[in-house]
Amino acid sequence: MGFAASVIGGLAALFAIAAGLRAVARISLKGQARSLAHDIPLTAAFGLLVIAIYTFVAIAAPALAPFPERDIVGGQFQAWSAEHWLGTDRIGRDMLSRLIYGARNTVGIAFLTTALAFVVGTILGLYAALVGGWLDQALSRFVDALMAIPALIFSLLLLTIFGTSVLTLILVIAAVDATRVFRLARAVAQGIVVMDYIEAAKLRGEGSWFLIRREILPNATAPLVAEFGLRFCFVFLAISSLSFLGLGIQPPTADWGSMVKDNATLITFGDVTPLLPAGCIALLTVAVNFVVDWQLHRASGLKEQ
Amino acid sequence: MIATRIALGIGLLFIVSVVIFGATELLPGDLANELLGQSATPETLAALREQLGLNDPAPVRYWNWLTGALTGDFGVSMANGRPIADLIGARLGNTVFLALYAAALSVPISLILGVLAALWRNSIFDRAANAGALTAISFPEFFVAYILVLWLAQTGLFPSMVRINPTTTFGDRLYMTFLPALTLMLVVTAHMMRMTRAAIINLMASPYIEMARLKGMSPLRIVLRHALPNALAPIINVIALNLAYLITGVVVVEVVFVYPGLGQLMVDAVSNRDIAVVQAVALIFAAAYVALNLLADVLSTITNPRLMHRR
Amino acid sequence: MAREVLLKIEGLRIEGRAGDAWTEIVKGIDLTLHKGEVLGLIGESGAGKSTVGLAAMGFARDGCRITGGSILFDGIDLRQAPEAERRALRGKRIAYVAQSAAASFNPSHKLIDQYCEAPVIHGVMPRDEAAHDAIDLYRRMQLPDPEGIGFRYPHQVSGGQLQRAMTAMAMACRPDLIIFDEPTTALDVTTQIEVLAAIRDIVRQFDTAAIYITHDLAVVAQAADRIKVLLRGDEVEEAPTRQMLEAPREDYTKSLWAVRSFARPEQPAPQAAPILSVQNVSAAYGKVPVLDDVSFDIHAGRTIAVVGESGSGKSTAARVITGLLPPKSGGVLFEGKPLPLALKGRTRDQLRQVQMIYQMADTALNPKLRLRELIGRPAQMYLGLQGKALETRIRDLLDLIELDPDTYIDRLPGELSGGQKQRIGIARALAAEPKIIICDEVTSALDQIVQEGILKLLTRLQDEFGLAYMFITHDLATVRAIADDVVVMQRGRVVEQGPKAEMFAPPHAPYTELLLSSVPEMDPDWLTRLLESRASASV
Repeated sequence: MGFAASVIGGLAALFAIAAGLRAVARISLKGQARSLAHDIPLTAAFGLLVIAIYTFVAIAAPALAPFPERDIVGGQFQAWSAEHWLGTDRIGRDMLSRLIYGARNTVGIAFLTTALAFVVGTILGLYAALVGGWLDQALSRFVDALMAIPALIFSLLLLTIFGTSVLTLILVIAAVDATRVFRLARAVAQGIVVMDYIEAAKLRGEGSWFLIRREILPNATAPLVAEFGLRFCFVFLAISSLSFLGLGIQPPTADWGSMVKDNATLITFGDVTPLLPAGCIALLTVAVNFVVDWQLHRASGLKEQ
Repeated sequence: MIATRIALGIGLLFIVSVVIFGATELLPGDLANELLGQSATPETLAALREQLGLNDPAPVRYWNWLTGALTGDFGVSMANGRPIADLIGARLGNTVFLALYAAALSVPISLILGVLAALWRNSIFDRAANAGALTAISFPEFFVAYILVLWLAQTGLFPSMVRINPTTTFGDRLYMTFLPALTLMLVVTAHMMRMTRAAIINLMASPYIEMARLKGMSPLRIVLRHALPNALAPIINVIALNLAYLITGVVVVEVVFVYPGLGQLMVDAVSNRDIAVVQAVALIFAAAYVALNLLADVLSTITNPRLMHRR
Repeated sequence: MAREVLLKIEGLRIEGRAGDAWTEIVKGIDLTLHKGEVLGLIGESGAGKSTVGLAAMGFARDGCRITGGSILFDGIDLRQAPEAERRALRGKRIAYVAQSAAASFNPSHKLIDQYCEAPVIHGVMPRDEAAHDAIDLYRRMQLPDPEGIGFRYPHQVSGGQLQRAMTAMAMACRPDLIIFDEPTTALDVTTQIEVLAAIRDIVRQFDTAAIYITHDLAVVAQAADRIKVLLRGDEVEEAPTRQMLEAPREDYTKSLWAVRSFARPEQPAPQAAPILSVQNVSAAYGKVPVLDDVSFDIHAGRTIAVVGESGSGKSTAARVITGLLPPKSGGVLFEGKPLPLALKGRTRDQLRQVQMIYQMADTALNPKLRLRELIGRPAQMYLGLQGKALETRIRDLLDLIELDPDTYIDRLPGELSGGQKQRIGIARALAAEPKIIICDEVTSALDQIVQEGILKLLTRLQDEFGLAYMFITHDLATVRAIADDVVVMQRGRVVEQGPKAEMFAPPHAPYTELLLSSVPEMDPDWLTRLLESRASASV
């Protein structure tokens, strides 16, 4: 139970730091940033802090990690000690170091995948909504058909065919999630293209690129930013799940999902170490969800005015 | 009206089967190449192609595969040569059992929580339920599963591995599969609760709800008589969407608890690159998914007078 | 003959929530209503009239709270009474008729079931008696097929009929008081008459007291015994209807009356050829025909008003001219030369010549662009202005629409009032230096005083630049004020057209006659006279 208490204590400390930073921001910032700092709920401040910490760890991983990512530096399943703070894994690699490198690998790959899915899905979705007609119909029906297959099942099917490498993993998950982004971006844009200002711009003789860039995109940012956060959570959980199943990121690359799988035997002995990577996944997802929730709330609040 | 929807659903299922079958056509070489890899000689390749029927044109192979699947014949596993129908057999029942178990737990709980959170909007209860739900949907399923194992299986309350066979009694099954079902329930309930809450809040802001209040109707009557009939369609969709989500969730949970279901079969098949098995299981999962959505669509049509009674 | 007091509101204060802050939206209103009396509550948007109406039922919407004053209904203090007691009054002794009947009927139940709900639950009469009574009231409300209409769902009944069915529903328990919240605002003029007459008759038949909330003076003049004018949560004045119409005391009230007196001087008949001709245009959305053989001309320096009710095809005619909807047959000539039918086929200069101003300035201006870009873009695109020249042009345009350039040039549309936004719409059209501007219901979303400012501005610009306006509207008062030529449309056809003087003098085409006579006049006897003359004409 000492472990559970220290987890709770750690989270409480993070919340306290977030509250402190928010208070500082409210005093020191000016203008729009200041009103944002006044608006932000504690949960979202906590989320931003956690995201910042993850980003820092991912970038500075080699400097922070006490041992190299892939080297065997001790015996199998060593307990927590002064040398190996979190012990060693199934073949004797340092758990803490792999956890730190995991921030770089797992989060980095998830981020890259989300960005790819997002760029493709958004551009196609906005364009389909703007142009309408047969192109829109064809794309939408195609996406409907792909979305009729559950995402994880479709990913598994594609991974079977193309094999399990990091590159195929990124491409497969990005392709599957791009369909979801497409649908949202299209729906958002459809709400915008019926506005008179779009008609006014069309009557002025503006081209599609101008319409998307200057007229539609600025009005779609709020829902799209929220969607990016949500989508990241889905992608991150999907990649972690696949890695956990042994079908995603492959050893010896340090990755949180496969680390849980590799060391799961310890859990039956009551050891929490294998759950730490899972906890890292959960903490980041919660953090992103908190921020997204705030953004969605802001977007809906602005609409009411 | 309903007939066209069912026809559309069947059409969608057909397209899905084409996608699942057609995906293998994306392979750089062909299946025989993939299977034999380095050890391929022209003779073995030819023999394998003959055995797998790869010499037929794609539409013919698709037709054979589909008609086979419809009669329960999915061909043989490429990994061990056993008929796929035998592999699926009992596992299908196990997976359906687990999904229904989780659904039976989560649907009533999440609907009640969702409606209460909507009615007591912005109360402490609402905020707590929301934060809890947000946290639950942020946890990977295997995390939830292992936490439950640490907490409930370590103390010996429930088994952490599910060993069931056809002779296991119903009561034992419920007990043995409690942890996997609970894991699924926690994840799905969070989603379903959030969506129910949003649907109800949306509904309670309608002018006809204000009208009912201005007619002096009691809060209970407003909820039961004025909100509920209009809430049926969104709630049906919420349930269908989440039952469909169970299909995916089942895969990870089955692996954690070593549960003999379709999910684990599929994961093993993916590892072995046993494409025929993956295709068969994917088709079953996708069919269930499409059928659920179709059912929701039909039910919400029936409950909507605007669609049932034309002008 | 002052009768017993039914409702007495004193010092009513209500606050509304904006974000986290509460602001007062009703600032100490007193109101007295006698039995069987109809009080008109009028004011512009934001006056707090609906909020006061609901407070008369002891009700505050979510996000509003009653903070002061007393509401005495027949001796019961609605602020102090327990919720159960208030609930027992609502629907039984005080009933409510909402603005949008289509949204306020529950889509899942038949009309008659919704009718019977209040009498049965409040224990006034059993279900079959209520159903019987419903048919009687439907008949009195002059609904078609009174026996059958109750067995339809709301989506199967038209807007005007729903509004009457809702009034019947409000009458179900024979209440002492009915709150009518803008019951005819969403309806076309010809439908509005029928609903207004039905409401007035039934209220008189049952001697029911009513609070009639509206922004339209002429409407309230037909129904109310007394009128109370509200402005931003405060009372301006209150008087018996005739006295209020003939001799308003306060400047604000006078200004509300004065709007209708604005008129552009008569223009001489056109000498030159029209700059734009719509010739025998027929058009359809998919397979649904919306325009049938429509022709009219637009002349430089003149305003042509295209008049009709919703669904008459007047906006579609504009879409054909601008090229958004290529016609099935017929064509559009600009300065004698045919315009390419589709938008894509038109040159930049052709696009420049016809500009558009929209009804809802909120949706016509991109909320994320600053005025500089909103107004500057057409000047940059069509006239090739850059840098300093562009800046000067934007500032000149802001001056033209009477907004201070230094204050406004870098604002977002969200930081402007409704009237200011509409002015930006005008500036954007002017920036292209067009010959023709199509104005699509440009004043109908605005309060009356703001409307007048916009109309005056448009008229001034027209004289200054010799612009031709095509003015799409359903509001005949606006037509009288500014039009030179009038086109009357109904169901996609031109019913009648000609110079304004001819159009407003008899003889009229039958539909024009119906349309003209349906516009409420600022005379309490107008509706009575009209109904009498229509009755005698049909005999």
